[in-house]
Order: sequence, then structure tokens, then C-alpha cells
Amino acid sequence: MSNGALPLIWRKFPERYLLRGNKCTNCGTAFFPARKVCPNCRRKGKLVEEDMPKEGEIITFTEVFTAPAGFEIETPYFIAIIKLTNGAKILSQIVDSAREKVKIGAKVQKVFRKISDIDPEGPIAYGYKFKVVG
Amino acid sequence: MRSVSIIGYGITQFAEHWEKSFRELIAEAGTMAVQNAGLTGKDIQAIYGGCMASGRFIGQEHIGALIADQLGLNPIPATRVEAACASGGVALRNAFLAVASEAYDIVAVGGIEKMTEISVSEAAIALGGAGDQETELFHGASFPALYALMARRHMHEFGTTEEQMAMCAVKNHKNAVGNPTAQFRKEITVEDVMQSGYVASPLKLLDCSPITDGAAALILCSTEKAKKMGFSNAIEIIGSAQASDSLALTGRKSLTEMTATKVAARDAYAQTGLKPSDIDFAEVHDCFTIAEILAIEDLGFFKKGEGGKATEQGKTALNAEKTINPSGGLKAKGHAVGATGIAQVVEACMQLQGKAEGRQVKGAKIGLTHNVGGSGATCAVHIFRRVQQ
Repeated sequence: MSNGALPLIWRKFPERYLLRGNKCTNCGTAFFPARKVCPNCRRKGKLVEEDMPKEGEIITFTEVFTAPAGFEIETPYFIAIIKLTNGAKILSQIVDSAREKVKIGAKVQKVFRKISDIDPEGPIAYGYKFKVVG
Repeated sequence: MRSVSIIGYGITQFAEHWEKSFRELIAEAGTMAVQNAGLTGKDIQAIYGGCMASGRFIGQEHIGALIADQLGLNPIPATRVEAACASGGVALRNAFLAVASEAYDIVAVGGIEKMTEISVSEAAIALGGAGDQETELFHGASFPALYALMARRHMHEFGTTEEQMAMCAVKNHKNAVGNPTAQFRKEITVEDVMQSGYVASPLKLLDCSPITDGAAALILCSTEKAKKMGFSNAIEIIGSAQASDSLALTGRKSLTEMTATKVAARDAYAQTGLKPSDIDFAEVHDCFTIAEILAIEDLGFFKKGEGGKATEQGKTALNAEKTINPSGGLKAKGHAVGATGIAQVVEACMQLQGKAEGRQVKGAKIGLTHNVGGSGATCAVHIFRRVQQ
């Protein structure tokens, strides 16, 4: 499947390893993943590369019991939407955290993990997950 | 733009059709619609077909040409429309525009999906493509997971409960008992839903619409021509609107409302001069129970945050304050994704013609359909009335 494609995995190294996105210097909005066009300012926008902060808080979450192909072995696992400290939102798995600590408002921090190796002959995809801190 | 009406419709049984192929389902719904209109194939000038993921589900693309071929309608132009689960609604809008613009007088529009030829986990990947492949599905966010994220936030902000969501499923199953083409004609209880096991918390198996095979079709005609041809039972499309939003949930303004629904509804209401209170019934996109709660709020039937409570109070039941999903909705009628947006309109036509025996909305004059693609990145809203004689 396309997620296992080598060019895509290679192209995504900065985004998935470093949380590299960008920011519009015209309106100040941070984007993750990076955008080619600022949706607020369009042609007037000026986008510059920016690494996202590695901390944020959970604004909503779910525990997945029925997984899409390739994730069955990980069930149950947590997926959350996190608001990073610069306001950008990111969807990620939450790992290494006690179940009762995964809740709305919990502070989280980025960790580096293997995400998928769906194709046994293809590349392994690594990237970000988050864990609850404190 | 000139007025457009529906003069014929057809729908297959929604079910797991192990014994029927994709092309058989197309032919069945299509010929039923043409015959229902009392036309012959020669009268159809163009075809629009909604289909989400036939490439993933059955390895077949190029669906437009296949539909024309199977209906024996070559060489008329045939176009496939894809907008995830809103493929049907968006196909209808394109067919509507083709007639309203006077490019054609009579067109056929259909929706189709054959989902049961692959495993459930493969189907989850196919459906996951309706969200953002690179930032959602890549991380293991299944489609139920995306709606679960919205559900959890709605519970947090407004106190919506899992029981209130369950009541959407209970109500829709009850309605489907009266619908002969529905997949699940069986009543369930809140307890059944609550004990059905989490798919992605807080959503449980019975909060989710099923995997379904099915097809539906409509024949559209200019209202003026329909009158000249003597159609006394035509259904006029008085509002047709569509809107888009960010593909990924993280790009949304809010996780507890669908802006695309609000914008499409606003535009459709403006075209008709109607208010939410003028709508007699609505077929809304309840791919998950939380989606019905979001829909009835965003369409303006209930205040934001009060959809769960309204459902609990029975206000959305058949012939209550606002009948929602008399067909049984996606939950119980079934959700053959590409067919859903057209199947909703078939139900609206039957209701407005007084032919929805067993689930008839009394005195229904105005109906609305609401079809969502993905987790809310596309929405099509249509409003219908029976043509006045």
C-alpha cells in the first residue's frame, strides 16, 4: 500500500522524525504537516520552515480495539489529537502511558517509535508517538 | 438555472450480496429506475455514478463506462464521481447541475458499492482512505477512531452520553423494521448497544454502520419537461448545495461541528427560502451514532450540544418533532458507501409520494438529505418537495 512506499517514507523523514512543519510569517499560524499555501493568507502568505514544539496536551482521544490492516497486533491502542504548545494540532498514538492517565487535558511529550512495517519486503516506517508526562 | 425533478427511482436490497456482482447490482437499480419513470433507455442522455472505492473493494475502476455498458446505454457520456461516502450526493448534485444548466433534459444518476468481497481489515484500509492517508490512517486511525475522537470531544463539551448515542441506533433500527430494502430489520435495545463491545471508544459495534453491498438510481428531468410528459408524481429538487473542509480532523475549526454541513445547509436553505423548522423529515448521514447527533445540530434542527438530549427525549423518532432517518439510516438500512447518497434520496421520494408504507412520515411535504464524505471534508445537502399540480 502507499504508506509503505519508499519515496514517501524517505520524503517524510524531517516531518515524522523532527516534527518539521512550517509557519506563515504573515498571519503567524503554524502548520503541521507543512503546507505549500497558507489557507488564511493564500498568495499574501509567506511560509518558512519551523520545527514544532515536542510538548502539548490531549484535546480528545480514543482507544482502538478493531484496527485497520497492519495494526491488529497493537490493539488496543490509544489515538489522540494533541494541541501542541504553539497551537498546531497533531494526531498521534499515545504510548508508554498508564491507561487512567490518558485523558483530555493530559500533558504529553513526543517520543520516537516504529509506526508500521506492513510490507515484509518494504521499508519500516518510523516516526512520532506521544506519551503522557507527569 | 431551471428547475429539476426526479421522475423515477430504483434501489436494490441493501445486504451482504455474496450471490450478486457489482455489475448486477448496477443493472438492477438502473433498470428499476428507468422502468419506474416509464421511460426506455433511449430517453437517457447522460449518466453520473457515485462510487467511492471500487478499486480497493473489487479491483475495478472506470465505473462510469461500466455503468453505461451494463445498462446497454453506450455511447452516452457516463461519468464516475468520487467524494468518499458522499460520492452519491455529489453525483446527484452534478447530475442536477447538468439538467439545470440545460446541457441535458433527462439524465440518470446512480450510486454503487460492493464492499463484502474483501476482509474487514482490508475494508478498514479502503474506508480509511476517506480520511488523511498520511497523517491519520498511517498512525492507525481507523474510520471509527476518527468519529470516536469527535464523540469524546462532544461528550466532554456538552455532556453527551454513550446511552444517548446508543439511542440513535435503537431508533434507526426500529425505523428499518418498516423498510423492506434495509439490511437490518431487527429492533435492538440500548443495552444491546452498550454491551456490543468497543470498536474505538466511546463507539461500540452497534454505534457503527455496517459493511454493505447495494446500489440505487434516480432519473432526473427538467421540471417543465416532466410536466409536459405528464408526470404527476415527480419530486422537485428545490435545494442543492455542497461544501468542503480540511481532509484531516486536525485542520478543523472545531471537533464538535462539521463546518461543511453548516455551509451546505445554509446554502440549501437560502436557495429554497426555507428554515430548518420547515423540513418535515431528514435522511442524515449516521455512519456512526455521533454523526447523527452532529448532523441534527449542524442542520439547525436542534441547538449545538443538544442533539444527544433531543434523541433521548424521542424528538427524532418517526412522526415525532423532527423525523430523522425514517429509512433506518446508514446504521440499519445499511451503508453501501457510494450508494448511500442516492439511497437517501430514494427514501425522500418514497416519503414525499406517500409510498413509504410501514415507516411513512405523516403529511410529509418537504424532505432533506444530508450526505457526508470522510470525517466531514465533504458534505452535500439536498431539499425536495412534491411537484405541485
